[in-house]
Amino acid sequence: MSGTEFTQHIFNGIALGSLYALIAIGYTMVYGILRLINFAHGEILMSAMFFAMFGVTLFSLPWPVAFLLAILLTAAFGISIERMAYRPLRNAPRISVLISAIGVSFLLQNLGLVVFGARPKAFPRPDMFNQLWHLGDVSVLSLNLYIPIFTVLLLIGLTWFINKTRTGMAMRAASKDLDTARLMGIDVDKIISITFGIGSALAAFGGIMWAMKYPSIHPLVGLFPGLKCFIAAVVGGIGNVPGAMLGGFILGVGEIMLVAFMPELSGYRDAFAFVLLIFILLAKPTGILGEKTAEVKS
Amino acid sequence: MKIGKIHLHKHCLLTIGSTLLLLVAIILVSEFRLLDAYKVRVLNLCAIYVILGLSMNLTLGYGGLLALGTAGFMCVGAYISALLTMSPEQKVANFFLEPIVPWLANVEVAFVIAIIAAGIGAAIFGFVIGAPALKLRGDYLAIATLGFAEIIRVVFTNTQSLTNGALGLKGIPSHTNLYWSWGLAILAVILARTMVTSSYGRAFKAIRDDQTAAEAMGINLFKHKVTIFVISAFMAGIGGALMGNLIVTVNPTFFRFMLTFQVLLIAVIGGLGSISGTVIAGIIVTIATEWLRIFESPMDLGFMRIPGIPGMRMVIFAVLLMAVIIFWRQGLMGRTEVSWERTFAFLNRVRTRFQSGRGVGQ
Repeated sequence: MSGTEFTQHIFNGIALGSLYALIAIGYTMVYGILRLINFAHGEILMSAMFFAMFGVTLFSLPWPVAFLLAILLTAAFGISIERMAYRPLRNAPRISVLISAIGVSFLLQNLGLVVFGARPKAFPRPDMFNQLWHLGDVSVLSLNLYIPIFTVLLLIGLTWFINKTRTGMAMRAASKDLDTARLMGIDVDKIISITFGIGSALAAFGGIMWAMKYPSIHPLVGLFPGLKCFIAAVVGGIGNVPGAMLGGFILGVGEIMLVAFMPELSGYRDAFAFVLLIFILLAKPTGILGEKTAEVKS
Repeated sequence: MKIGKIHLHKHCLLTIGSTLLLLVAIILVSEFRLLDAYKVRVLNLCAIYVILGLSMNLTLGYGGLLALGTAGFMCVGAYISALLTMSPEQKVANFFLEPIVPWLANVEVAFVIAIIAAGIGAAIFGFVIGAPALKLRGDYLAIATLGFAEIIRVVFTNTQSLTNGALGLKGIPSHTNLYWSWGLAILAVILARTMVTSSYGRAFKAIRDDQTAAEAMGINLFKHKVTIFVISAFMAGIGGALMGNLIVTVNPTFFRFMLTFQVLLIAVIGGLGSISGTVIAGIIVTIATEWLRIFESPMDLGFMRIPGIPGMRMVIFAVLLMAVIIFWRQGLMGRTEVSWERTFAFLNRVRTRFQSGRGVGQ
């Protein structure tokens, strides 16, 4: 394999990896606070894609406005899911909450099928992301360069928010111990809502980028990104934001490299994430950057 | 003691009697064609979902392990049984992209052997998967088993000469009938009942309620978890075999997560930790699934026509699952079982209420 090709694959891998990272952060944030896998994360992603698509095609909004609106709508959507499906189960066994999350995911998928139909729809890709840029011998789609840039900017913003603001501090307190945080006068329900809002907004951003990269969307489109990004979060150490980023990059680059170096295994591409997950969990059950936490009763 | 023994005797007789009654009903339906082919098919599906629901409830309700690999194990079972029961000519007709591996090309065995092989095959997969995955707990276990089920599906889609890949298998002999499905469902109930009332079952419940305490009491966590997981995989494999030989065609997309979800729904609605609840829910959910098809076909109300909405069925199911888990967490039966004592007590209560109600009326 020539150096040019290799660089090309690296660029693709980084673009995919940063998408995974963006979505994985939503999982990690929710897990950090509620100790819950938000199974519906992939469907939140899917609804963001549809919101954005309808904004551009149906209401003919300029794309930046449509995308921004879609992200805000998705954040509100994520918050309302938490209200309706998870909050009533705050004191229930964790398995009930998990089953409720699976229920939400299933409900949204099938509601999507009923409302939008199963036929894939084309997602509009703005011209800005459609150019081919030449870096020496390597030609890269501008979208694949914008994605990592946006991801890094968002992550810097998020890190600042978590570390420097009062709300961020409250979030960190809540993720350490929900009950103690409540005793300290933190409005835990509000913090959980904000977490869901931010996580869903990041997922929406990731979803829209995803839809521009693979511009064919249908109601089950969130399934595989949802699963893989959860895996990315676990691989990096769930509950840990830099870990989610690392996991996302490992997964994205690994997947692209698997297909590039062993084309005969490309049919197994979707299994790669799960195999990686199992090996990581066996070697280090808390993930690469995961801290050792007291086991939570399930 | 004596009274106790007599009671046990009476209830045993009642159980055997009602099982025989069920068998007579099955024989009547099968031999005298009391129901049309569609209804018989739904009855078969009921039995298959009862087996699958029990498989899920053993791990989730009694072991406290949320294992979401049911569809994967069913996939293994269905393929093993299909490949073993298809005639050599059928195999040649199916495998036109790439010929089937030679050692399977001329194999054709009786359904009973195929079913046992399907169960054992799935159990072996269960062991291979369970041994590493059961070190994980809760959500991690859920996602790892879900992942394994997806891996099985991806592998089966890619092994063209063994499973015919994405094309799937068509023309599987339709061996599944009411004797097989309900017979195996009754066996599954007996197996599950024996499991949970044995010392193993008490250990499972101890692990479910508090893993650390159970370990401190000297229960070997790993051994018990693997056992229950393998038995659950075995039952799922048999369910898959029955399913494959009922719908006479299998392909990897059939065994998606959606299937596991439907089984989870049965276990949750029936009550986590109740065998009779699972049986009742398995029958109700399966019949309801078929009945709800009317929402998906166009309806003619005389004055207006409502077009069919494909997928509405699953929306209703998802709402139902959420409603049950949020508002009615214990499901139909909670952790209790239908027993003759409770049935009689219930009937008595109804009778007294009915009589006193009539008394007031006079």
